[in-house]
Amino acid sequence: MRTKAVFVMLCSTALLASACGGGGPQSSAAGGGLSDGKVVFGVLNDQSGAYSQLSGKNSIKAVELAIADYKEKYGDKAVVKEFGVETADHQNKPDVANAKAAELYDRKAVDVILDVPTSSAALKVADVAKEKKKLYFNISAATTDLTGKSCNKYTFHYAYDTYMLANGTGRNTTEEGKKNWYIVYPDYAFGQDMEKSFSAAVEAAGGKIVGRDAAPFPNTSGDFSTYLLKAPTLTPKPDVLGTMQAGAELVALVKQYNEFKLRDKGVGLAVGLMFLTDIHSLTPAALAGTTYTDAWYWNYDLTNRTFADRFKAAAGVRPTFAHAANYSAALQYLEAVQATGTDGADAVVKQMEGKTVNDVFLRNGKIRAEDHRVVHDAYLAQVKTPAEVTEEWDYVKILRTIPAADAFRTPSPDCKLS
Amino acid sequence: MVNFLQHTFNGLVGGAFLALLALGLAVIFGMLRVVNFAHGAIYMLGAFGAYVLLTEAGLSFWWALIVLPLALALFGMALERLLVARLARLDPLYNFLLTFGLTLILQDAVKSRYGVQSSPYDAPAILSGTLDLGAFDFPAYRVFVLVIAIAVCVGVWWLLSRTRVGMVVRAATERPELSTALGIDVGRWVTPVFGFGIGLAGLAGVLAAPIRAVNPLMGADLIIVVFAVVVIGGLGSIFGSVAAGFAIGLVQAWVQALGEDWALLSQVLVFLVMAGVLLWRPAGLFGREEAPA
Repeated sequence: MRTKAVFVMLCSTALLASACGGGGPQSSAAGGGLSDGKVVFGVLNDQSGAYSQLSGKNSIKAVELAIADYKEKYGDKAVVKEFGVETADHQNKPDVANAKAAELYDRKAVDVILDVPTSSAALKVADVAKEKKKLYFNISAATTDLTGKSCNKYTFHYAYDTYMLANGTGRNTTEEGKKNWYIVYPDYAFGQDMEKSFSAAVEAAGGKIVGRDAAPFPNTSGDFSTYLLKAPTLTPKPDVLGTMQAGAELVALVKQYNEFKLRDKGVGLAVGLMFLTDIHSLTPAALAGTTYTDAWYWNYDLTNRTFADRFKAAAGVRPTFAHAANYSAALQYLEAVQATGTDGADAVVKQMEGKTVNDVFLRNGKIRAEDHRVVHDAYLAQVKTPAEVTEEWDYVKILRTIPAADAFRTPSPDCKLS
Repeated sequence: MVNFLQHTFNGLVGGAFLALLALGLAVIFGMLRVVNFAHGAIYMLGAFGAYVLLTEAGLSFWWALIVLPLALALFGMALERLLVARLARLDPLYNFLLTFGLTLILQDAVKSRYGVQSSPYDAPAILSGTLDLGAFDFPAYRVFVLVIAIAVCVGVWWLLSRTRVGMVVRAATERPELSTALGIDVGRWVTPVFGFGIGLAGLAGVLAAPIRAVNPLMGADLIIVVFAVVVIGGLGSIFGSVAAGFAIGLVQAWVQALGEDWALLSQVLVFLVMAGVLLWRPAGLFGREEAPA
C-alpha cells in the first residue's frame, strides 16, 4: 500500500513538473527565446580510446572557455543566461554514436552537438541531427562526405577535412620538388579517402605516385617494416613516403621509419593527419623535418598564445586544433543565438549561413551557405629539430599560410541541403 | 632476389615476436589446460614497464630486459596461486573468462594512470644503427630481436628435452593423470611453468618497446593473432607454436610485399591458414588428437 502511495505521489509531482517546465519556456521557443530557458551543449567524442587526447574531455574545457567569454562580452545584455554542458563517450563506434546523439538531443535537451571524431561515427550523428532538426558542428572527423553526399541543413563541418590535408601537404610538398610519392594508408574508410585525396593532389601538382600500399587496419602486429623495406627499392625511387596512418599506428610507423633510416636513404616523410598530441608522444626528435597541414597552431601568434595559456590553466596541456575549434564553434553558436534572440535551430542556421567570421580559430573564416563547410586559413607546418624546441609543446614552425580560398574544395554538387 | 631475401629476413623478425608469445601460451596450455587470454596484456606490461623503468627509475633498456621478465614471471606465479588455481578444477571456460577479465583490468589500470597516448621509447644507442648483412643492410635492433628469440626458443627446447625438469614437465603435459599415478608431483610444477610462460610474454613486450607503439592497447589486437598461431601449431605443442610463429611471420611478410592488390589477403591470411589447418588436421600441424577421456 505504502509503495503505491509513494508511486502516485511521484507521478503527480512529475506531471506537475512537466506541465510547468514543458508548458512555459518551450512554447516561447517557437516564437523566439530559449527552449527550457537555457542553451545546452553536447560534447560527443572519444573519452577513453585512441582519440581521447586530441579532443576528448579537454574539449569540454574548451566549450566552457567559450561560455565564459560570451558571458564576459555581453554581461547583462546576454540573451543566454543559463548554460549546460552535457557529454558522452561514443567509443569511436558508429552505433554508439547514433544512440548517444539521440539521447543527448531528446533526453538531455541538448541544443547543439559538438566534436565527434571518427568519420563513420560522425556521419551517423549527421543523420540524427537531420532527423531531430537540431544543430551539429562536427570538429574532429575528416570525411568530406559531411559536406558531400551526407550533408544536411543542420550539420556544419568546422575544422578540417581530407581535402584540406591532401591539398596542403600533397600539393605543397610536390611543388617543392618532391615529385615521386609512395603512399601507405590504413585499409578502411578514412585511409582510402585520404589516399584518393592525396593521389589527386599530388598528380594535379605534377607529381607521380610510384607506389601505394594498403596496410591492414587495425594493424594487429603494429609493424610496418614490409613497406619501409620496400620504399627505397621502388623504381623510380620515391622522394617522399606519404603515410595516412593516425594515432598509435602513426607512432609505430614513424618509429620504424627512423629505424630503417629512410631519411638517410633519401626518402622523406609526409604525414597525412597529425595532431599536436601525436608529436608530443613521438617526441620532436622522431619527427624532425616532417611536414604536414595543420588547421590551427597554438603558438602561431599572440592571439592563439593567449588562448593557449588560458586553456593550459584549465586543462594542463596546450590545445590541439580540435580544442580550439570546439571553442570557436561554441562561441559562434552563442553569437548566433545572441543575434537572433532564440535557440530555435532553423533561425540559428539562417543566421550563420554565409557569415564571415574571425576569431581565435577561424582566420578569414566563412560559413559557406552552399554546403555548410566552414572555410578558413590553414597552415603548412614543419616539425622542429630538438635543438629548435625551446618550450614544451612548441614543436612546430609554420612554413606558410594556405589562404582560406585555396585551403578547401569548392562546394560539391553531391551536397543538397534540405 | 635481394628484395626477396630482405623480406624473408624481415618476416623472421616479425615471426620472432609471434613465436615468443605463442611459446608462452603453449607452455601454459600444455601444463594447465588454461587458455591465457591475459597474455596480450602481459606483453603490454612488458613494453610499458620498460617505459616506466626508464622514466621513473632511470633504468636502461638492458636492465628492463632482465628485470621485467623476472618480475612478470613472479607476478604470473602469484596470479596462478591466488586466482587461476582456484578455477583449475572447473570447466576451462572459467579460467578463460578470468584471464579475459584480468586483461581488461590491467589495460584500464595502465590507461587510467598513463592515458591512451603512445609513450616514447628508443632503442639503446648501440643498436640504433643498421647492420651490413652482406646482400643488404638491416636495422641492428631487429637482428638483435631475432637472435634473442632464437636463443630463447633453443634454450626452452634444451630445457625440455635434455634436463630432468623438462622430462617431468613433458610427462605432466602429455599425460597428467598417468604421471601423477607414477609418483611424479605434477602440482609442484604448475606454478613455475605458468610464471615462465608469463615471463616470456613480458620479454616479448620489452623487445617490442623500441620499435612499436607503446600504449595500453598494444597487446589487445595482437593476442588474437597469437591464438591463431597456437591453434595452427597445435594446442599445447611447444615445437608447433614456435614453428607456426615463424612461419606465419614469413608468409605475412611475403604477402604484404606483393603490393596493394594483395592487401586484403594479408589481413585475413592468418585466419585463412587457421581455418585450412583445422579442416585438414583438427589438432593443428604438430598437435596430437586428444585421447578419448
